[in-house]
Amino acid sequence: MGRITLKKVQKSFGSTEVIPPLDLEINDGEFVVFVGPSGCGKSTLLRLIAGLEDTSGGTIEIDGVDATGLPPAKRSLAMVFQSYALYPHMSVRKNIAFPMKMAGLPKAEQEKRISQAAAALNLTDYLDRRPGQLSGGQRQRVAIGRAIVREPSAFLFDEPLSNLDAALRVGMRLEISELHKRLDTTMVYVTHDQVEAMTMADKIVVLQAGVIEQVGSPLDLYHTPRNKFVAGFIGSPRMNLIEGAEAAKHNVTTIGIRPEHIAVSGESGDWKGVVGVSEHLGSDTFFHVKIDGFAEPITVRAGGNVDLHYGDTIYLTPQADLIHKFDGGGLRV
Amino acid sequence: MATQQSRSAARMMMAPAVILLLAWMLVPLIMTVWFSFRKYLPLRGGDLGFVGFENYSRFISSSSFWPSVQTTLIIVGGVLLITIVFGVILALLLDQPMWGQGVVRILVIAPFFVMPTVSALVWKNMFMDPVNGIFAHLWKFFGAEPVQWLSQESLPSIVMIVSWQWLPFATLILLTAVQSLDSEQLEAAEMDGAPYLKRFWFIVLPHLSRAITIVLLIQTIFLLSIFAEIFVTTGGAFGTKTLTYLIFQRVLESQNVGLGSAGGVYAIILANIIAIFLMRIVGKNLDT
Ligand SMILES: Nc1ncnc2c1ncn2[C@@H]1O[C@H](COP(=O)(O)OP(=O)(O)O)[C@@H](O)[C@H]1O
Ligand SMILES: [Mg+2]
Repeated sequence: MGRITLKKVQKSFGSTEVIPPLDLEINDGEFVVFVGPSGCGKSTLLRLIAGLEDTSGGTIEIDGVDATGLPPAKRSLAMVFQSYALYPHMSVRKNIAFPMKMAGLPKAEQEKRISQAAAALNLTDYLDRRPGQLSGGQRQRVAIGRAIVREPSAFLFDEPLSNLDAALRVGMRLEISELHKRLDTTMVYVTHDQVEAMTMADKIVVLQAGVIEQVGSPLDLYHTPRNKFVAGFIGSPRMNLIEGAEAAKHNVTTIGIRPEHIAVSGESGDWKGVVGVSEHLGSDTFFHVKIDGFAEPITVRAGGNVDLHYGDTIYLTPQADLIHKFDGGGLRV
Repeated sequence: MATQQSRSAARMMMAPAVILLLAWMLVPLIMTVWFSFRKYLPLRGGDLGFVGFENYSRFISSSSFWPSVQTTLIIVGGVLLITIVFGVILALLLDQPMWGQGVVRILVIAPFFVMPTVSALVWKNMFMDPVNGIFAHLWKFFGAEPVQWLSQESLPSIVMIVSWQWLPFATLILLTAVQSLDSEQLEAAEMDGAPYLKRFWFIVLPHLSRAITIVLLIQTIFLLSIFAEIFVTTGGAFGTKTLTYLIFQRVLESQNVGLGSAGGVYAIILANIIAIFLMRIVGKNLDT
């Protein structure tokens, strides 16, 4: 079990309100990702759920039981910290055993769970090392091992991959996703990286300044962003947001079109522009196109072998049915 | 210091400092060893020539020798125990956010700036005086017979005075160590189900072990040679004669430089034994 319900949860530090009253439902077995720019209150929200911060208002229910006043240890949640927070003077084995030792589990059971976790996380050869003698990815796995042996009803991750290099990050992302499929336990995952959110989540919660902008599946957010913020935040490269005369043609304040929803041509199209910087990724090419009358350059995706260069004239045609329209308040029309 | 040449140049430029430092340490040491083999009674005939190991055997066979070693160890051990236990507690308390933190920290450190002679006199006359001391008044207030601190409880009294002086040092070093502990580790332990005392035992204390080692080593060096506190309180009476104090008495009160020097050499040996001993038990904390 691992259903977490937030009802009107609110948090202030002194007089600054970091999280205005907020409702959220996390279902059993779900992989929920909190995503948003740095400082938007993701960690604070996660720490409220963990019990490491006290709420300033509202209630937190775990599996239908009011857990608002419960200490962290009583919530049967396990957390993986950004810094891993391993105990440096203990061996990997002792680190993983620590929560079981605190819970007073029999030695034999501890050993069994340690060897299972170590096998699952490729740590068997490192059990007698200290955390200081491990690489970043291995430390990360120890932190995860320490969390899974407790068999919690939900896992909380706070930017667990942000200290790893790009290649390891992709690998760990897969491992965590696989872990979720195998354990089928609720996971709440915090990140500022929308790629992590899109690739891992069952449900994404987009936060800005402590406010939930939208909740939905990755493709929901991609296809029907509720407002301009979500539209710009989800998807890589970002959606092009165009204001002014071009938007007025659609009777709205802002229109948005994703780089992958624009057709590129050397001869004809709706918009005529000049190629600026181009990024060649092999599979794709991203052109930054300067168009007269547009405030900002438009990013478009083209195939890997489009023969256009800096300064060339380029014609762009947005797919009409994939244009997103937003009103003056930034909301989707 | 990459090349051979720059390395030898560096050596030459360091030489004056190294030589000065060596002379600084070696001259007194050699003089001590030199005098320890001579019969030297400044007021009774002066330097009377070599006597072999006579000074050594006389010093060690004196009835005051072993009690003085014992007293030294009790004082050093007692002060170490008190300063480290209370130092850890104070450091944890001072780490808590509180009103007037800066002022409180300065107040806690203050005793370290009081000269040993002064602090011993203050304790002797204002706290421990059996008639006018604050403790005497306190005891009388509760209807108890005032304790004759420096004569009846002489050793604990001195341990108390010296601990008071060294507590700030221990607290300060331990406080910086407490502050360097990653708070996420404590939070992780909290989520892992460790209540406060277990967090202290399994997380905080191991983190402090290196700082405790440093406090232990530095304090031992200084505590082996405490003198002023004994001189101004009991004058070595009532079983408070440490090895240092015994040497002082031999040299200045008995005017026997040779005997005192032999005692000095014993003190060096004792200090080294303790140092090796300490390094063995706690020194491994410094490697990791
Ligand atoms: N202990 C605290 N005291 C005061 N302000 C805090 C505290 N913790 C976080 N904040 C503030 O709350 C906001 C959200 O922080 P955080 O949840 O860490 O953001 P995120 O994890 O999304 O980057 C930030 O503006 C931060 O300055
Ligand atoms: Mg954060």
